[in-house]
Amino acid sequence: MKEKDKENTAKPKSGISRRKFLKGVGVGGGVLGSGILTGALIPEGSGAQQAAAKIYGPMATPIDLVVNGQKRSLKLEPRVTLLEALRDHLDLTGAKRVCDRTTCGACTVILDGSLVYSCSVLAIEANGKAIQTVEGLAGSNGLHPVQAAFVENDAQQCGFCTSGFVVAIKALLDKHPDPTPEEVRMGLGGNLCRCGTYVGMKKAVLQASRKGGRPAPRRLGGQPNA
Amino acid sequence: MPEFNWPEPGTTTLIGKRISRLDGPAKVTGAAKYAYDTKRPGMLYAKVLRSPHAHARIVSIDTSEAEKLPGVEAVYIVQEPNTEIHWEGDDIVAVAAVDEPTAEDAIRRIKVVYEKLPHLVREEDLSKVGDRAKPAADQVSGDPDKAFQDPDAVVIEGFYGTSVVTHCCLEAHGNVAEWDGDSLTVYPSTQAVERLGAQFAETLKIPATNVHTLMQYVGGGFGSKVAVDRWGIAVAKLAQKAGKPVKLMLERKPEQMVAGNRPSSYAKVKLAAKKDGTLTGWQSDSWSTGGMAGGGSPPLPYIWNFPHQRKRHTAVSVNAGSARAWRAPNHPQGCYITMSAIEDMAAKLGMDPLDLLIKNIAITGERSELYRKELLKAAELMEWKSRWHPRRDRSPGPVKQGLGLSIHTWGGRGHASDCRVAIHPDGSVEVSLCTQDLGTGTRTVVAIVAAETLGVPLETIKLNIGDNRLPRSGASGGSTTVGGVSASTRRAALLAREQLFAKVAPELGATPDQIESSGGQVHVKNDPKKGLYWKQATAKLGETPITAMGQNPGDGELISSGVGGVQMADVSVDTETGIVKVNKMVAIQDCGLIIDMKTAESQVHGAIIMGIGYSLFEERVMDQATGRMLNPNMEFYKLAGFADIPEIVVHMWLDPEQQKRGVIGLGEPPTVSPGAAIGNAVANAIGVRVPTLPLTPDKVLLALEKGGMA
Repeated sequence: MKEKDKENTAKPKSGISRRKFLKGVGVGGGVLGSGILTGALIPEGSGAQQAAAKIYGPMATPIDLVVNGQKRSLKLEPRVTLLEALRDHLDLTGAKRVCDRTTCGACTVILDGSLVYSCSVLAIEANGKAIQTVEGLAGSNGLHPVQAAFVENDAQQCGFCTSGFVVAIKALLDKHPDPTPEEVRMGLGGNLCRCGTYVGMKKAVLQASRKGGRPAPRRLGGQPNA
Repeated sequence: MPEFNWPEPGTTTLIGKRISRLDGPAKVTGAAKYAYDTKRPGMLYAKVLRSPHAHARIVSIDTSEAEKLPGVEAVYIVQEPNTEIHWEGDDIVAVAAVDEPTAEDAIRRIKVVYEKLPHLVREEDLSKVGDRAKPAADQVSGDPDKAFQDPDAVVIEGFYGTSVVTHCCLEAHGNVAEWDGDSLTVYPSTQAVERLGAQFAETLKIPATNVHTLMQYVGGGFGSKVAVDRWGIAVAKLAQKAGKPVKLMLERKPEQMVAGNRPSSYAKVKLAAKKDGTLTGWQSDSWSTGGMAGGGSPPLPYIWNFPHQRKRHTAVSVNAGSARAWRAPNHPQGCYITMSAIEDMAAKLGMDPLDLLIKNIAITGERSELYRKELLKAAELMEWKSRWHPRRDRSPGPVKQGLGLSIHTWGGRGHASDCRVAIHPDGSVEVSLCTQDLGTGTRTVVAIVAAETLGVPLETIKLNIGDNRLPRSGASGGSTTVGGVSASTRRAALLAREQLFAKVAPELGATPDQIESSGGQVHVKNDPKKGLYWKQATAKLGETPITAMGQNPGDGELISSGVGGVQMADVSVDTETGIVKVNKMVAIQDCGLIIDMKTAESQVHGAIIMGIGYSLFEERVMDQATGRMLNPNMEFYKLAGFADIPEIVVHMWLDPEQQKRGVIGLGEPPTVSPGAAIGNAVANAIGVRVPTLPLTPDKVLLALEKGGMA
């Protein structure tokens, strides 16, 4: 077994540590109570780590987010989560609020290359960082291969969990282009679907993987009246 | 008048094929906008103060501190002092503020004094519910006493039950309300766009013409989103007071507590059979709760019409959120109780339950021959005959394997629906009806029917749904949508096509009845050379589009009702940990004529997965000491995840005789059997019955211990 794989299987099934969400909750718990972000929690390299404590808020604070490659400047209270910043302040509503406490994965986005539950990351934690949301996946040539595979394999019903799964699978395939069944199980273990679309998702993962040959993205069927 | 029928099987280009859902691209890109995603200019956010008590009287409400908070723009008392509150989480006061955190701050400043009253929140032990029990009269048919007293009869007694489960829609209930004078626009999350408009108008006492409801996408409903809801009205009141749009979406906690659940069911059952396996007598003493209203009896015995029956049902009212229709209301409960008891009888007789069912198949009634064939097909796909073993897997090791089976039924007749089809001179086609697509594929089905009928590609169809100003097309519940919209769309498209043929026929030197439309051409039947391309044909309309209305019900046999299905489960049970794992499910499902095979199969897959959830994990856990729900969240109210999904084999019953019955609803029936099939497989594996769903490890271990097998 490769070292990387050992590390993978040793992680808990919930995908919690994979998403580094404990960090998010720890910060969230403290900050929601006090509005203070301590020095130790400031991202590395920000230069602020040496300070004993840097105080943000409680009033709105300037925050820069690099969302889907575009710099977006906002003024937000420190208690605003990354999910709320995306949805309520940037009108990027692909990431959904469902459980609001790191269980269901509907709010999944990619933050500096790592999957996070954006419901439990504060917007100030994402200050200056790159965020990729489901809205940023499709290119000028059409749907991302994961998205095209979702449509083709009917991996969505009501669609409310879909954005989170698409982002999680995109990240999975970036890391493991030919995922083993165990890697797929881990990669999808951090998200929940209520309609029961997992069968289509399983096929979609295979189709979008290198093994599946990544078909040319195309739009299927007609246009909904969206 | 055209002949209102479906194309002959085998002659279609779209109907019955595997077509990707039309709104897939919008959903996978995040472009699909739900009520939860709605943002209107100047919109306020609402929060609701909810009762912390299961049963109480409101003594006083003081909102003065909340009203003083900067950013708070409206406060609305939902339930006045002196009102009796019957469940935890019931709405008391609603607040609208500039943002959610401010609304939350305001909620915390409201002072409500309650007088607590005695509560009951648990019903699984009928001896402890006191005067909350409301027994109905006994129902007797045949001569049950004789059946049970027959000296040659084999009699078994059992206890079976299913817990209250919640809908757990991923998109919480809620809506945005916006006034313009005395006209109201609502953006709801609903299964009933049309009906909601009328409900708002009635409750707010404004003309129905003044309410506009709009919804393109809904994040799950499963039966729980067909009413305007108390909080829906509160949002409209807040918006009126504030003079601004207001949005309220429930937080996950109230969503789990008050926004819908499936009633429980418990039953003490006695069965009698002859030694050869002929089922003779049924006796059940059942009870259930659906909240304060108690719970109606599930259909017992389910499908199997025993010749001699005695049954009694008791409704138990508890102080917990009210039940709502939950995918196939009452069927999963009736099915679980009945099929479990029959399986236990088979074990007692030492018979393979498949043989017992087939021996007694005649008492299932009009669909008995279909069930027999479906059982044999399921057995083939599960390799039942070579893999089934008598109760209790005697192989070495702690992990035991077993097989179980069940059958189910559902109605699914299409609801009333009006559909307008317009063919424009430029060749574009508009199909309009106020239906909604819950993720079941309704959009795709309507477009397929219209495109097939007109002989044009799917892309030609511009579909308008989700707006109560469109022709009415009913709520989506009871698996009634697909039949309703397919029939109304087919009739409208046939009528529109007839008008087009009348215009085009002289051009082609033929009579209208000699014309047909296929492959993007309007041409003389069996002579594609004598024809016009679609756009050439529609250009003959001059400046006036064709419009036609189709209705359901209407002429011709386009729909019917009543389906049968069979499911089999293969499970492993770890007798040391009590963990149940489903290895494989086989589902055989009849649903008449299938419009889109791809989304139809998805309905069955989804139903089975939801079934695995309520069989193994899902349960509303109530605490009698505090009257509270202990798991109003998604970490302890557990849904099935990707790793819980077995191999699922779906076999749609495409018998031509069944297809001739027209379109029948599919969303509900396949979610009925999983509980019984999985429960029976567990009993087959470990040799004892785990009486109640969900089959959690603690219950499995307890059953093993009680059965002397721990």
